Amino acid sequence: MAQNSAELTPLDYTRYDFKDPESYKVRTHRGISEDIVRQISELKHEPDWMLDYRLRAYRHFLDRPMPDWGPDLSEIDFDAYTYYANPLAEGDTKKRWEDLPSDIRNTFERLGIPKAERDYFAGVGAQYDSGTVYHKIRDDLAKKGVIFTDTDTAVREHPEILRKYFGKIVPYNDNKFSALNSAVWSGGSFVYIPPGVDAGIPLQAYFRINANAVGQFERTLIIADKGAKVHYIEGCTAPVYSENSLHAAVVEVVAEPSAKVRYTTVQNWSKNVYNLVTKRAVAYENALVEWVDGNMGSRVTMKYPSVYLKGRGARADILSVAFASEGQVIDSGAKAVHSAPDTSSKIISKSIAIRGGRTSYRGLLHVAKGATGVKAAVRCDALLPDAISRSDTYPYNEIHEEDATITHEAVVGKIGEEQIFYLMSRGLRESDAIHLILMGFLAEFAKELPVDYALELNRLIQMEMTGAVG
Amino acid sequence: MSEEHTLAVKGLHASVAGKEILKGVTLTLKSGELVAMMGPNGSGKSTLAYALAGHPKYTITAGEALLDGKNLLAMSPDQRARAGLFLGFQYPVEVSGVSLSKFLWTAYSQMHVGDEADSDRFGADLTKHLGYLGLDNSFLKRPLNEGFSGGEKKRTEVLQMATLAPRFAILDEPDSGLDIDAIRSVGETVAKLHNPGMGTMVITHYQRILKFIRPDRVHVMVDGVIALSGGRDLAEELERKGYDWVKVGLAASQASGT
Repeated sequence: MAQNSAELTPLDYTRYDFKDPESYKVRTHRGISEDIVRQISELKHEPDWMLDYRLRAYRHFLDRPMPDWGPDLSEIDFDAYTYYANPLAEGDTKKRWEDLPSDIRNTFERLGIPKAERDYFAGVGAQYDSGTVYHKIRDDLAKKGVIFTDTDTAVREHPEILRKYFGKIVPYNDNKFSALNSAVWSGGSFVYIPPGVDAGIPLQAYFRINANAVGQFERTLIIADKGAKVHYIEGCTAPVYSENSLHAAVVEVVAEPSAKVRYTTVQNWSKNVYNLVTKRAVAYENALVEWVDGNMGSRVTMKYPSVYLKGRGARADILSVAFASEGQVIDSGAKAVHSAPDTSSKIISKSIAIRGGRTSYRGLLHVAKGATGVKAAVRCDALLPDAISRSDTYPYNEIHEEDATITHEAVVGKIGEEQIFYLMSRGLRESDAIHLILMGFLAEFAKELPVDYALELNRLIQMEMTGAVG
Repeated sequence: MSEEHTLAVKGLHASVAGKEILKGVTLTLKSGELVAMMGPNGSGKSTLAYALAGHPKYTITAGEALLDGKNLLAMSPDQRARAGLFLGFQYPVEVSGVSLSKFLWTAYSQMHVGDEADSDRFGADLTKHLGYLGLDNSFLKRPLNEGFSGGEKKRTEVLQMATLAPRFAILDEPDSGLDIDAIRSVGETVAKLHNPGMGTMVITHYQRILKFIRPDRVHVMVDGVIALSGGRDLAEELERKGYDWVKVGLAASQASGT
């Protein structure tokens, strides 16, 4: 019975597979060169330091070889992408949905963003290819000194905060794609929560690729000052094209002492997108950073959210989920770098590979000399409902203090014939039985999502969730 | 007002991995009947239950099984369930991350496609049934069978039976591994849930649970056939004399060709 899981239609992209006519106010020529990098900086009227930064990053990008230790990236042709395309004039970000061109407004309406903003969020940003087309934060938060804007605006309006952190958590020379992002970045969110402020309900950013073969390179920087608290959520989708696209974001998170940051991603790119993202956080004394990272879409994803625990008592909690179907490779994982005493980390990775999809967990646990009293736990659960899919784990441990308490569990499960029979004997059709098992497997993740995202996940796995008693 | 339903098994042969276990089982279960199926280990009692429910491991080599004249053996396990057959598992399966309440509602709504799946009715019945079984409401939030004690698993099987209200329920050793109090609770609940619209077959080794269930008839299976049938007192006789007594009787009747 289990081999019939090929009947399963795991994810339905049709809902996201619509495109607007490509009408851009500003668009660079295809391909990348120093000229293109200069053009982007000039369009943004950037200060010299940022242009210098971009150019240094671009040179590093040219010198840096493609990573060869993970998924196959040989089909990426950097000359085939457009690196900047903005439907609005640069900097013309709207504060009201009705001020957007109707195509774009309809796109975000279809994706449910304005409604979600009304229902759930304290602030919303919307990026369309390279342009931040909409950004708004609730007045009460703005009055408390919370900054939530796009990163381009932050370069102009908050240079003193931005320069203190920009590129410090993820240096441009971290990897080839952080270098590329640092050279051509556009948009992304800039969040600053002042000391002691709790942002309360989440902030959300939505990233949409619309045009064919356009790369998206947003740059996000989140700073929670001492004792501050914030939950930031991002969603991403794109239509399906025959040519592939590239999404190479850089996300930097800073949790100052006793701050709490949760960063939730529900990535549902279409299967023609290479999603190569660098996400890293620094947690100081007694701070907590939580990554909740769901990867359902893309052709190839390489993403390893990291937390550098730099102050005594800092904590990291990383929950990552991968769902790979036919033609998809999701290479994800987590890194916890303990460089201070009494720090702790918990990493949970859950993956499902079906219909020939492939998932990998790649993780690093590092305990530096002097970081005594560290506690770290890693758990990797993989579910392989059929025989043609694949899941691997590549855990790396570098432990330089003997008193560290480390636990590591890795389980690869199949959906058992007994489980399916049991559920079918209660009247569930085979596909419903499998959906129920899959949703159960992901429940730990789903319960961490805001309600609309959790519902979306349910819908995606085509499990009808009906209200239960209790 | 309840309709009369019939589960008719005729000359059923079934094998597992090429080994024949059922060697011609014939029995009829009607609405309102409550029967016990007894017999020694390995005699084929559980095989009969799983074969009727459609477990893929069991191959039917001959015979038939009809539910109200419809060929059960041609149906998938879920179709059999929707036709009104329920199997209470001896070893219920764990499903992580799926709460008991969600699972029960999912199963209940599957059974009520077409007519209205009524959540108020469902909730009220569930509360009542939890009460029968001495289970707390918070039990519903736990993942299905995961981390359940043996007794909790058996009670959950009975709870599922109560929720799905089948035409025919076959309970495979609902008493195994239970302490005396749990046997009483499960036994009394099965008796309470049994009704004129439902046929119930309880598979067990021991007559202990039968004191609470009070079956109308007792079948004894030996070596893949029903060797002996009788009234409730047969269970007590078996308890005294042991299954060897039936085996000897069976051998004698086979030798004499009857």
